[in-house]
Amino acid sequence: MSQVTMTVNGKEMSGDAEGRTLLSQFLREELDLTGTHVGCDTSQCGACVVHVNGKAIKSCTMLAMEADGASVETIEGQAEADGSLNTIQQAFQDHHGLQCGFCTPGMVMTAAALLKENPTPSEAEIRDYLEGNICRCTGYHNIVKAIMAASGQDVGAIAAE
Amino acid sequence: MYNFEFEKPGSIADAVAALGSEDAQALGGGQTLIPTLKQRLAAPSKLVSLTGIAEMQGVCMDDDGRMCIGAVTSHEDVAAQGASYAALADLAGNIGDPAVRARGTIGGSLANNDPSACYPAGALASGATIVTNSREIAADDYFQGMFTTALEEGEIITDVKFPVPEAANYQKFEQPASRFALVGVFVAKFADGVRVAVTGASEEGVHRWAAAEEALSANFSADAVPDAPDADGMIADLHGTSAYRAHLVAVLTRRAVAACG
Amino acid sequence: MLGVASEEGAAVCEYFENNERVWCAKWPASDQWEDNMPKDHGIGASPKRREDVRFLTGAGNYTDDINQRGQTFAAFARSNVANGAIRSVNTSVAEAMPGVVAVFTGEDFVDVGGNPAGWYIESRDGTPMKEPKRPVLAHGKVRHVGDAYAAVIAETLDQARDAVEAIEADIEELPAVATCAAALADGASLVHDEIETNMVFDWGWIEDNRAATDEAIKNAPHVTTLELVNNRLVPNAMEPRASIGDYNRGTGDYTLHTTSQNPHLTRLLISAFVMGIPENKLTVIAPDVGGGFGSKIYHYGEEALVLAAAKKLGRPVKWTADRSESFLTDAHGRDHVTKIELATEEDGTFIAIRTETLANVGAYLSNFATVTPTFLHGTLMAGNYTVPNVYVNLKAVLTNTAPVDAYRGAGRPEATYSIERVIDKCARELKIDPIALRRKNFIKPDQFPYTTPVALEYDIGNYDAVMDKLEEIGDLAGFAARRAESEARGKLRGLGVNSYIEACGIAPSNLVGVLGARVGLYDAATVRVNATGSLAVMVGAHSHGQGHETAFPQVVAEMLGIDEGQIEIVHGDTSKIPFGMGTYGSRSLAVCGSAVVRATEKIINKAKKIAAHMMEAAEADIELKDGTFSVAGTDKSVAWGEVALKAYVPHQFPIEDIEPGLEETAFYDPANFTYPSGAYACEVEVDPETGKVTVERFAAADDFGNVINPMIVEGQVHGGLGQGIGQALLENCIYDDDGQLLSASYMDYAMPRADDVPFYAVDHSAKTPCTHNPLGVKGCGEAGAIGSPPSVVNAVVDALQSGGHDVTHIDMPVSPSRVWAAMQK
Repeated sequence: MSQVTMTVNGKEMSGDAEGRTLLSQFLREELDLTGTHVGCDTSQCGACVVHVNGKAIKSCTMLAMEADGASVETIEGQAEADGSLNTIQQAFQDHHGLQCGFCTPGMVMTAAALLKENPTPSEAEIRDYLEGNICRCTGYHNIVKAIMAASGQDVGAIAAE
Repeated sequence: MYNFEFEKPGSIADAVAALGSEDAQALGGGQTLIPTLKQRLAAPSKLVSLTGIAEMQGVCMDDDGRMCIGAVTSHEDVAAQGASYAALADLAGNIGDPAVRARGTIGGSLANNDPSACYPAGALASGATIVTNSREIAADDYFQGMFTTALEEGEIITDVKFPVPEAANYQKFEQPASRFALVGVFVAKFADGVRVAVTGASEEGVHRWAAAEEALSANFSADAVPDAPDADGMIADLHGTSAYRAHLVAVLTRRAVAACG
Repeated sequence: MLGVASEEGAAVCEYFENNERVWCAKWPASDQWEDNMPKDHGIGASPKRREDVRFLTGAGNYTDDINQRGQTFAAFARSNVANGAIRSVNTSVAEAMPGVVAVFTGEDFVDVGGNPAGWYIESRDGTPMKEPKRPVLAHGKVRHVGDAYAAVIAETLDQARDAVEAIEADIEELPAVATCAAALADGASLVHDEIETNMVFDWGWIEDNRAATDEAIKNAPHVTTLELVNNRLVPNAMEPRASIGDYNRGTGDYTLHTTSQNPHLTRLLISAFVMGIPENKLTVIAPDVGGGFGSKIYHYGEEALVLAAAKKLGRPVKWTADRSESFLTDAHGRDHVTKIELATEEDGTFIAIRTETLANVGAYLSNFATVTPTFLHGTLMAGNYTVPNVYVNLKAVLTNTAPVDAYRGAGRPEATYSIERVIDKCARELKIDPIALRRKNFIKPDQFPYTTPVALEYDIGNYDAVMDKLEEIGDLAGFAARRAESEARGKLRGLGVNSYIEACGIAPSNLVGVLGARVGLYDAATVRVNATGSLAVMVGAHSHGQGHETAFPQVVAEMLGIDEGQIEIVHGDTSKIPFGMGTYGSRSLAVCGSAVVRATEKIINKAKKIAAHMMEAAEADIELKDGTFSVAGTDKSVAWGEVALKAYVPHQFPIEDIEPGLEETAFYDPANFTYPSGAYACEVEVDPETGKVTVERFAAADDFGNVINPMIVEGQVHGGLGQGIGQALLENCIYDDDGQLLSASYMDYAMPRADDVPFYAVDHSAKTPCTHNPLGVKGCGEAGAIGSPPSVVNAVVDALQSGGHDVTHIDMPVSPSRVWAAMQK
C-alpha cells in the first residue's frame, strides 16, 4: 500500500492504493465518491469517465497511482457553488436525458469535455463524441438533445418535441 | 487483477533499469493492458509507467522531414499536433473514443500490435522507423504477426519516425462492438512508389498488400486497385467471414486512393 | 377467452371493497381530458423528474455504493466448461489464503430448496413440464459456462478473487448442447440427467385450433412461409447485478440489498422456495437500480449466497458482478427459431397463421422462463388482424447456456417479429402495398371488444388511426424523393413498416392462475397522509429508470388538487411498502398506478367524512376541488391541510364513526390485460459496397391510451427503439458448439451507441383509453423494443430489392457481413 494524493473537485484528498488499485476504485472506495460508476471491464461503457488534468478519461482504465498529484474532477464537483445544477446537468434534466441514472455521471463528464473542445457541436459531432459512452435506457435521443441544448442551440425543431 | 508494484520513472534510462527486474512490464496509456490485467490474463511483477518521461512526449519534424512522435504521445495529441502528416493525424483521431484517445499512446499500440489496431497500418504503410532505447527498427522488420513484434524483452519504444508521403489516407471499417478495425487500409503514395498496409483482416496481423502496391505504383487511381485478395488466411469471426474481409480490403483501398485526391 | 369484457367507453368503473362493488369516477374524467392539456402539473403534464437531481450530482444510492461496517466480499468460482461432472472441489488451500473468512460449495446448499419456475405449463399431450432443480451453487454438475460451484468470502474483493483461483476443482468436461437443435438431436447429452430429456414442454396454443388451421393452410390459395431466428440478446442494464447480505444476530433479522425490479417477489422466492428464511425475518431492499429490462426480475443464486454467508459470519457480505459475470450469468433474452406460415386469399385476406418454434431456455428454468415463450408469445400471434385460424406450437428446450428469460418485451417481440416479417414477405409475393395489406386485415374499431383465435380479448384500439398517424409523422409520402436522393449518392434506401400489438398491464390473477401462474399479478399502494398534509405513497412497483417518483405524484396531485411537491413516493423496501409484484411487463402505471388511484379514492372518501364533520354538513354535499373541501352551494370550506391535521389531532372528532388517521391501502387486480398498439416505420440506407446499414429515419406512432407524463412516455419509447434497433442491426449473443460464449464482452457484443441511431419521431396522440382501468392507461415501457425490429429488417429487404437483389429475408442482426453475403447470391 502507498499513499496517493490528488486534488479532487478542488480539494486535496489522500488515500491508500496498491499498484493494482484503479482510479475508479480509489475514488469510490477510498474517497467515498460513489458517483463515478463502473459498468464494464473493457473500457467501453464510459460510466466511469472523470477528468484528470482537464481531460476526460476512463477511470476504470487508469491506475490510481498514475493520478498521484493530479487534478481530478468528478460528477460530485459539477454542480454550481450554491448546489444548483450546472448548465449541462440542467439540460439533462430539462430534456429527460437520463432514466436509470447509472451512465449519467459519465455522460455528463463526457459532455463537459466535448463542450470545452467544441462549444456548439452538431448532432453528428455529439453522437461521434459519445462513442465511448453506452446508455441502455434513453436510445440516446434525449442525451444528444440535452447536449445540444446545453450548448445554447435551439432544440425545438428536433423530432418528437 | 493480480497485484504488482508500480513505478513511474522520469527518464528512459531509469525506465530501462526498472524493466530489468523479472516479469516487469512497461505501461503506456494502459488502454489495452489494464483490461487485460483485469481479466487476469497477465501477471507482471511490476508495471513501469512510461507516461512520466518527458523526452518520450510530443510531435515534431526532424531534419529529414520525418514526423517524429514520442512513444507516450497520446492519440489525442497526435490528432491535434500531427498536421504535417494529416492522414496519420486523422488515423489517431479516430482510434477508440475520446477518453481512450486521451490516454492511449502510439508506443503502447505498436508494442502490442493488436491485429485490429490502426497504428500498425499507419506505421507499416508509411515505412516508419520504430526507435527503441537500443536501436532503430524498420516497420517492415518490426511487425511479425499478431501481437508479435521485433522488440526484445525489456526493450522499449521511445519514438517513431514517419516519412511524410505525397498523399496518404486511412480507411477504417469498424467492427460494430469493439470499434476496432474490422478491416483498415492505409495507402501512402511516395515519390518512389505506393505502400498499402492492411490491418484487421489477416491472421498474420498487419501486412502489406503487394498486388495493390504494384498496381497503384504504376497507376495511382481507384480503378487500378486489384480485385479482392485471396480470402485464405483472412480472419473469420462473429463479425465477418474471411471472404467479407477480403472484399473489404479492396473496397477500402479504392476509397483510400480516391480520398487521396 | 382470456380477460373480462367491460363497458366500452363507460365513464365509471368498478372495484370491490369489503366485498361490495363500488362505482367510481374515472381519472381523469374523459370530458376534462382534452381541456386539460397541455398542463403544467398533474395528469398530462411533463414536470421535470425529481429523481434526476441525485443522479446528475453523483448522489444516487445504487447497491454497490453502499458499504456497511464489517463488510466482507464474495467472489464466485464459475465453470469454464459448458457441461461438466464435478468430481471434487477442494477448498483447503483457498481457505488458508490471506483474508479468507469462509468458502462455500454446492455441498453447503444440498439441503435447501431450489429457485423455481413461476409458471406451470402443460405439454400438448397433457403431461406436466419438466422442472429440474436450480440450486444456489452447482452440485454434481455444472451446466453452463459461468455456472457458480463455489464462493469465497474475504476481507477484500481482491483477496476473495485471489482465493477463488486457489480452489481446486476436478470437473470432467462432458459433451455440451448449445442450441435447441443440438439438444433435441438423437443421442444428445442431457443438461439435467434426472429429467431424462432436454425438452421442458411441447406446448400447443390453442390445441383445439390445430386441425382447423392445418386444413385452412392446406386449402389456401396462397401461403407465405418464412423461417427466422429471433437472435439471443444480453439485457445489459448498465448497472451490473449486486447484492449485500446482512444478518442481525440480536434479532435474527436478515437484510438483503439487491438490484431487483421486484423486492417483494425476491423475498417471497428466497423465503418460500430457496432458503426457508421466514418472510417476516427478511427485508429486501432494492435501492436505486441502474436499469433492469427484465434481467433483474429474477432471483439469482448470488442473493441467497450472500444471505447464507452473512448468517454464518455475522458480517455483511457484498457481491458485485463485473461485466464479464453479467454476460455469463444474467438471464438472456429471445433465442427463438421459428417457422411461420401465413395463408391468405389471392386478394390478401388472411386465412390462417401457423408457427413452430424452438425456444432455448438455457441450462436452468429462470423464474419467468416458462411463461415468456408461451403465454406472452403464443397469445399474441393474431397480431392486429382478423385471422380466423391461428395455431402456435412451441417447444422449450434446455441447453448448456445461461438461462433465458423475459427481456424487454418478453415473448411479444418474438411474436411481432414473426408476424410482421411474414406479412411483409406476403405483401411482396402478392404485390400488394405492405401498408394496404395490413389495413385490409386490421381489426376495425367497431369490432372491439374483439376475441382472437388465440384467446385474448382486445378491449379497444384503432389501428387505422395509428397507421394514419404514422404516415403523417414519418412523412411516408416523401420516401420516394428521399430514395432518389440516396440513389444519387450510390446508396440503396428502403422503407419498412409494421404494426404491433402487445398485452401488458400484467395481469388478472384469476385468469393467470387458470393458465398456470404460481403467483398473483395484482399490485398494491398505501397512501399515507401526514398530519401536516404532505403524503407518502408506498408502492409495490419499483422504479429503475421509469420515473415513478415523478409520475405517480402527478396522479395523486390531480386527484387531490394539491401540489405534487407534497407527495413522496416510497418504493423498493419490503419493510415499508405493501406486497406488490414489482415492475416489468409495462405494468407499473396500469396496475400499481390503479392501486394508487384506489387508495387515493379511499383517502378522499374518508377525508370527505372528516370535512363534513368539521363543517357540520352532509358528507354527500362535500366537494373536493383544488385541495379544498367545500359544501356544495355554500361558501363554507376547509383546506386539505386542516382535514389532515384533524385526522391526526382528533379533538372534537366523531371517534365512534371515524377512526383517527388518514392512511389507506389498496390492492388492484386488473380485469384484463391492456393492449397498447402501434405502427412503426424505419428508413435505412444500405452501402452496396460494404453492406453496412444505417438507420436514417425512424417514426413510431403508439396508442398507449391516456398518458400521465408525455415526456417520460416518449423517453420510454426512445429507449425501446434503441434496444429494438440494437437487436435488428447489432446485438447477437453467440455460443459456439461447445457452449463457450463468444460474445462475452462489449468487445464482441455490439451495444447500440449514439452514432448507431437517429433522432426518432414519436407520437402517442392516436389514443384509445383502456376501458377497464381507472386511468385509461395501457403501458409504454416495452413498445419500442417490440415494434421496431421488424420495421428495420423490412426496410433492409426493401432496400436490397430496390437494388435488384433477390433477397427476401436476412436474419438479425442484419450485420454488414450478412447483408454483403446476401447481395452476393
